[in-house]
Amino acid sequence: MQFNSLVISNVELSPGYWRMRMTAPPPITGSKPGQFLMIKVNGGSDPLLRRPFGIFDTGAMVTEFTDCGSQSYLEILYKVVGKGTAMLAALHNGDRLDILGPLGRGFTPGDPAGEKILVGGGIGLAPLYFLARELVTGSRVRLFAGGRSREDILCITEFERLGVESYVATDDGTLGDRGFVTQVLERHLATAHNATLFACGPMPMLKATAEVARRHNVPCQVSLEAYMACGMGACLGCVVKGKDHGDNHPDYRCVCKDGPVFDHCELLWEKGEGGHS
Amino acid sequence: MKPNCSVDIGGISLKNPVMTASGTFGYGQEFADYLDLNSLGGIITKGLSLKPRAGNPTPRIVETCGGMLNAIGLQNVGVDEFIARKVPFYRTIDTTVIANFFGTTIEEYAELARRLDAIPEVAGLEVNISCPNVKQGGIVFGTDPAAAFAVVEAVREMTIKPVIVKLSPNVTDIVAMARACVEAGADALSVINTITGMAIDLKSRRPVLANITGGLSGPAIKPIALRMVWQVAQAVEVPVIGIGGIMTATDALEFLLAGATAVQVGTASFLDPGAAGRIVREIEQYLVSEGIGDVTELIGALKV
Repeated sequence: MQFNSLVISNVELSPGYWRMRMTAPPPITGSKPGQFLMIKVNGGSDPLLRRPFGIFDTGAMVTEFTDCGSQSYLEILYKVVGKGTAMLAALHNGDRLDILGPLGRGFTPGDPAGEKILVGGGIGLAPLYFLARELVTGSRVRLFAGGRSREDILCITEFERLGVESYVATDDGTLGDRGFVTQVLERHLATAHNATLFACGPMPMLKATAEVARRHNVPCQVSLEAYMACGMGACLGCVVKGKDHGDNHPDYRCVCKDGPVFDHCELLWEKGEGGHS
Repeated sequence: MKPNCSVDIGGISLKNPVMTASGTFGYGQEFADYLDLNSLGGIITKGLSLKPRAGNPTPRIVETCGGMLNAIGLQNVGVDEFIARKVPFYRTIDTTVIANFFGTTIEEYAELARRLDAIPEVAGLEVNISCPNVKQGGIVFGTDPAAAFAVVEAVREMTIKPVIVKLSPNVTDIVAMARACVEAGADALSVINTITGMAIDLKSRRPVLANITGGLSGPAIKPIALRMVWQVAQAVEVPVIGIGGIMTATDALEFLLAGATAVQVGTASFLDPGAAGRIVREIEQYLVSEGIGDVTELIGALKV
């Protein structure tokens, strides 16, 4: 669906990282964790295109914008990385946004009996929180969060409030263990039973997580990020290589429509830094 | 009284002058949730090739000031899959469907025209000539009048459906290209395809697109497109379809004044999937508010 939305709140959580809550029509609460939104940050042609954001949360509350009853809302976490997100960070309560969504294929929770392990890097924690909220109703959930420094580790308290046990690793050791989160994850997996991994973050982290999943033979779903123009499978700008890809037999998947969540077995994980190009 | 919005493109009667541009609207079905496809003047399909095509490596797109560059590389399902999987949907809608296609040799163009000529759901063919000729050292068909003539002539022989040729703006003399295509039997011309451009990342000192260069589209190219439509419309007798940065009815009507009989909405559909439908409604409202009884009164009505 396409809808107009009003900003309810827009708060800087940590330097460069923001959390925005905005109004949305009631069907938004039926969004699946892992689905995303395409947001037009202003009405003009600069920036021209919408920007993709994972859904951090949805709910209903009483706001100043509604006369009676409750107003459904959605939340995003975002990092200021360019012109579009800088404009988003300058918005205030009552400002207007044009939103398309929820879009794409979200996470599949699977059998509640097993242990659910979330692996997030930086802003990749956003869709994992929404997923955690759903998973904690029936499963034991653990979070492995990674980032460059303590400023990059967001919303851990929110996860813990849901009853999620969290493990943190930072590159500089300013919070949690020093090193990669996938190293902490691997130590845990040695003793875990019937675990499923759900990962979202930068490509090198996703690639390392997929490798850990393969080594330990545990199911793993990854949520990808990509440049995209439309978010609905038309521009073909956001494709990644699928497992059967080869020069003479192309297998491209759209991150927007076939994903953004993929089973790690569906993708071709190449060597080198990029992973998906 | 409701104004007349219908226009004729080389024998195809469109409900209104607003179509969706190839490569920006998938095969049409993708957008059914966001607008009434039946309200459109027409849908131009994603460009088709004989065999499925993988397209280019990523990154394939990047936003630029007032526009975007794309180097998708003509990824498409191929004509067989199109006929088997996409065409049946067209029986469920009441909109003109025009198939866009391209080849890398004249024989491929001809074969595609032959295949598509047999599909009753396809009202017309739009030939993308902005592709390299692999048999002639990779020279782009659409930048050489003789090569363009040869392609269009070969296509013309294979189909009784109206043939629309989509011109490349990456030429010194677009009028010469237009004349060559009309002489070879084109029933209409689409003006323009994307303009070749590039983007550079200072930090990495690399091109942003994996393909190095890409096609620029969006509002940034509208003035160039208007100029080319105006030049071509004065030089040829066949209808011209204006394309380039159309975001609103105002943009679309400017193209009509410049001489276009119809328009195609492209990049606008990416940021506003209902854009083409909105432009149809806005044109109707304009005609009513201005007391214009027939949209064709505006075609070429530019006062110079």
